Amino acid sequence: MSPIRSRLGTFGPPLAVFLLVIVGWYGVSYLILDPDRRFLLPPPHAVVLIGFLDPTNLTELLDALLLSAAVAGTGLAIAAAIGIATAIVMSQAGWVERSIYPYFVVLQTIPVLALVPLFGFWLGFGVECRVLVCVLIALFPIVANTLFGLRSVDEAHHDLFTLHRASRLTRLVKLQLPTALPSIFTGLRISAGLAVIGAIVGDFFFKQGDPGIGILIDLYRQRLQSEQLFAAVILSSLLGVLVFTACGWLSRRVVGGWHSSAMDREAMR
Amino acid sequence: MAVDGMGLPVTPVRSAGASAMLEFRGVRKQFQDGTVAIAGVDLVVVPGKLVSVVGPSGCGKSTILRIATGLVRPSAGVVSVATDRVGYVFQDSTLLPWRTVQANVELLTELHGLPRDERRRRADEVIRLVGLEGFKGHRPRTLSGGMRMRVSLARALTMAPELFLFDEPFSSLDEITRQRLGDELQLLYLTHGFAGVFVTHSVTEAIFLTGRVLVLSQRPGRIVGNFPVQFDYPRPPAIRYSADFARLASEISECLRRGEQ
Repeated sequence: MSPIRSRLGTFGPPLAVFLLVIVGWYGVSYLILDPDRRFLLPPPHAVVLIGFLDPTNLTELLDALLLSAAVAGTGLAIAAAIGIATAIVMSQAGWVERSIYPYFVVLQTIPVLALVPLFGFWLGFGVECRVLVCVLIALFPIVANTLFGLRSVDEAHHDLFTLHRASRLTRLVKLQLPTALPSIFTGLRISAGLAVIGAIVGDFFFKQGDPGIGILIDLYRQRLQSEQLFAAVILSSLLGVLVFTACGWLSRRVVGGWHSSAMDREAMR
Repeated sequence: MAVDGMGLPVTPVRSAGASAMLEFRGVRKQFQDGTVAIAGVDLVVVPGKLVSVVGPSGCGKSTILRIATGLVRPSAGVVSVATDRVGYVFQDSTLLPWRTVQANVELLTELHGLPRDERRRRADEVIRLVGLEGFKGHRPRTLSGGMRMRVSLARALTMAPELFLFDEPFSSLDEITRQRLGDELQLLYLTHGFAGVFVTHSVTEAIFLTGRVLVLSQRPGRIVGNFPVQFDYPRPPAIRYSADFARLASEISECLRRGEQ
């Protein structure tokens, strides 16, 4: 197949679906909704003109998005550091795992967002508290995946290191951590999405302090500024996509050269 | 040498003065679940000689090697290993997928804390020996099964082993690659003169490479046949198709069949 045709094959179908959605959107805006109810689904060009091309609105949106992204990113970084470190300690000492792993499972099962008002009550509604929500929501997938990765070392590889009298630290650094890398990235990818959700949905509960994109979404809804509401929703989605893609890119950069599933994903693109 | 932190292996009795490189006397292994893997195995490997162990699958062939390395502790009997330089080649190539060929070959010297220049020098030498100079920067997944096994052999050679333990190293390869690697291994043996135990389920491979073929019975494994191989080294590849070779192979196969009953 020629390069142009194969590129058409890759991008053509999703582009067609995109156009179809836009056409459907216009259809609903103009054909189904009466003019006085059109604010429920403003047509796409209105969203672009008012939401994205009006400098005041755009600045407001981007500032809020940046804040939310910073909150999610910081939360994810802290969750990664704590999660990986905890998993390493658990993999080295069975009693540590037995003592704390159940609580990680509990943390995963309680709805962290329900605790947000409590955190706000204790810590105030500043950025620190929003970061804490992201950390709590993003922690478990990293711990669980890292631990799984550290455990999935081939028995024969362990034998090889045992035969050559490798120390615990050597075994961890030269065998277990590299083996775990693909799983760690899987965990990061899941947690990255959760951290973004935590940052945005967490905002709904704060409604105070510097506005994150979630606070703006709530505000626009109350004021029926639906063009800006749609712009904010689209930007939030883009943030999620961006974070997910960035994690995938990083994963391919680091383990793509040798890990089969990363290679396969690459091949499918 | 550092004490193993995992507390796993128990180093076998090492009697440096013994003339045998490896000796098993009445070695028996019963696992915790009650299965008896090997029941009273006697085995002597003298310096510079290769001994092969053939037997049906699941007869405890690998257990013998794992006991020799200290990975598994025998339930009864005496094991003596006369050297610290033991090379082990696994059934699978056990390369680390994230390391290049060069880095994989340097792994053992790295674990033993050799200086960088020395690691590089030894790696270069053995990589040349197995004919993979053009592939130093490749990762294992881009190599064929035969090439991976060559890397695995090269890695073991960096520690200049006096006793080599082979655990069905060629069993996952196709017949042609298997024969070629057999020829290459013979060359390595002739240039390095290590002693070794070669565990395999291929009678042809056992006869071609080693000076003595031991036949292990069905589990619980015990030695039911002991066949000296008289052919002089170097053995030409075509010797596999000679009449004497075929006669010995059929005797050993017959013994294997009886051992399975």
